[in-house]
Amino acid sequence: MLKPKISSVVAGPKTENSLRRRLRLGERFVEGWIFLAGVLAIIILVGIIATLIKEGLPIFAYSSPWEFLFGAKWYPTSEPSTFGILPFFISTLMITLIATAAAVPIGVGCAAYLAEVAPTRVRETVKPIIELLAGIPSVMMGFIGLMLLSPLVRSIFHLNTGLCGLTAAIMLSLMSLPIIVSVSEDALRAVPKEFKEASYALGATKWETIRHVCVPAALSGISAAIMLGVGRAIGETMTVLMVAGGALAVPSSPTDPMTTMTAAIASGIGNAERGGLHYQALFAIGLILFVMTLGVNLIADRVLQRQKRKFAR
Amino acid sequence: MVDRWLIAFIVYVVVNIAVVVLAIVKAKMTRKISERTAFVFLGLATALAALPVLFIVIYTVFNGAGAISWSFLTQAPSQAGKAGGILPVIIGTFYLMFGTLLFALPMGIMAGIYLTEYAKDNWLTGLINMAIVNLAGVPSIVFGLFGLGVFVLAFHFGLSLLAASLTLACQALAMVITTSREAILAVPREYREGSLAVGATKWQTVRHIVLPDALPGIITGAVLAISRAAGETAPILATGAAFLVPRLPASPFDQFMALPYHLYTASSQVPGMPKTTMWGVALILLIVVLSFDVLAAVIRFRSRKRI
Repeated sequence: MLKPKISSVVAGPKTENSLRRRLRLGERFVEGWIFLAGVLAIIILVGIIATLIKEGLPIFAYSSPWEFLFGAKWYPTSEPSTFGILPFFISTLMITLIATAAAVPIGVGCAAYLAEVAPTRVRETVKPIIELLAGIPSVMMGFIGLMLLSPLVRSIFHLNTGLCGLTAAIMLSLMSLPIIVSVSEDALRAVPKEFKEASYALGATKWETIRHVCVPAALSGISAAIMLGVGRAIGETMTVLMVAGGALAVPSSPTDPMTTMTAAIASGIGNAERGGLHYQALFAIGLILFVMTLGVNLIADRVLQRQKRKFAR
Repeated sequence: MVDRWLIAFIVYVVVNIAVVVLAIVKAKMTRKISERTAFVFLGLATALAALPVLFIVIYTVFNGAGAISWSFLTQAPSQAGKAGGILPVIIGTFYLMFGTLLFALPMGIMAGIYLTEYAKDNWLTGLINMAIVNLAGVPSIVFGLFGLGVFVLAFHFGLSLLAASLTLACQALAMVITTSREAILAVPREYREGSLAVGATKWQTVRHIVLPDALPGIITGAVLAISRAAGETAPILATGAAFLVPRLPASPFDQFMALPYHLYTASSQVPGMPKTTMWGVALILLIVVLSFDVLAAVIRFRSRKRI
């Protein structure tokens, strides 16, 4: 960017000079604010980490990290209380796994269709619809799961209640679709035209080109998309709180009612005594959750940056 | 003799060619067929991704429309929310959106300006970008814990509209920064150079040349961000939303009712809640959120047409 020395060029009368200096002073102030806003994202992120550590770590004075992570009993209000988050951890893992397994083939297939196959008109219709899906609040998805999907799951699997891990996983797979589709589609679009043309020149059909050229070339972007989808599924709160059933035991099958880590925090935070053991335990779960999603997002971001550099010209 | 051999040879060659051609044609055919099948599956995946959301929206409209009436929209709830209307709930959500915008928009725009106009390519900028990416991925309930620990307790705002707005603003910030940055980056370099050339200072250039041109893009991002904020439940559940508050919040330090939290409580916490009421709340929430999404799309479309 050019940085001309304006003041020396427009040397006017003295009064104008002092006005200019005053302007400069005001400008310094504004630029200070701008800098502050610039680093605000860092401040908030550090604030989140500090809050979680400050409020959450004291629980380990009461309950050892081993007991906390691998204990299967969560009785926050009994005397003496026990805090074992294994059931929540297993539930989160199970629901995330099923949701991702369902969302990945659909999401990547949809992305490939939109990027390579679909006529412009279909793409112009479908893309806003998928953006619409991203805009639907998670509490709304929970409500739909509660009213429409859970009776269906209940009758199909002959369960006592349709509020179970499977119902939550199906809703979550739907909710992680938009990010998987949009990031994978971007990755597929970034594959250079020359790659495809070379494939066509060798006599490959469009499908063979997609399968053997486009998808492998975009693979890192697609895996980043999947990771972002996983991150979304791990952190999703309201939907699982409403439809996963809320049982506190370690789940043995996807059709068991369960409580994820996010749901445990959300359902407990309202009645946990501030500064008490239960309260500290919830913040500690938050800390673990934060570390998990942070890890997933950092890796996904790194992979995406690398992919971007790969095809940059 | 000779021509018998010749005929045999010709037949042999023709048969060979026919076999090869047939094989090629057959391979082509099966490849075509497998392509067709593959595309059918890809199309099916697309339908699976797109159709459920249409179904959800249409189903909600049909079921919720019955609950919507003048009194539903203009009265306060009675009998523990089972009767009456949801006016304070709607107003609470708008307060919340306004509060979020009040904090997130100026800070987001300034951060966007910093990153595009002032930041050098150094470790600090790298750190800021990393923080933005990660902030966008922090689970909403963790934002709720953060808001509870910082705004409600440490800052002594209590369970309040102010604490909830600030929490949502922190969550919305990443989106506002990202969209502002995109919009400011799209302003042509020549505009800035022209402004600097006629003697404007850097801030004057940003204020009078860059910002007006980037405004539609910035507003689009802000509108999308508050649409998301309006639908968030987890962050406000820990920082001040309540199911029943007797009156509208009179100050930023009061508790409040909000559509998403109301839908959560009405559908899964209160036994005996009439189904039409629940669908009605769901429909209103959907209308509020989606109308802001549409607004954003319209602004984006119009500004694109202008260029």
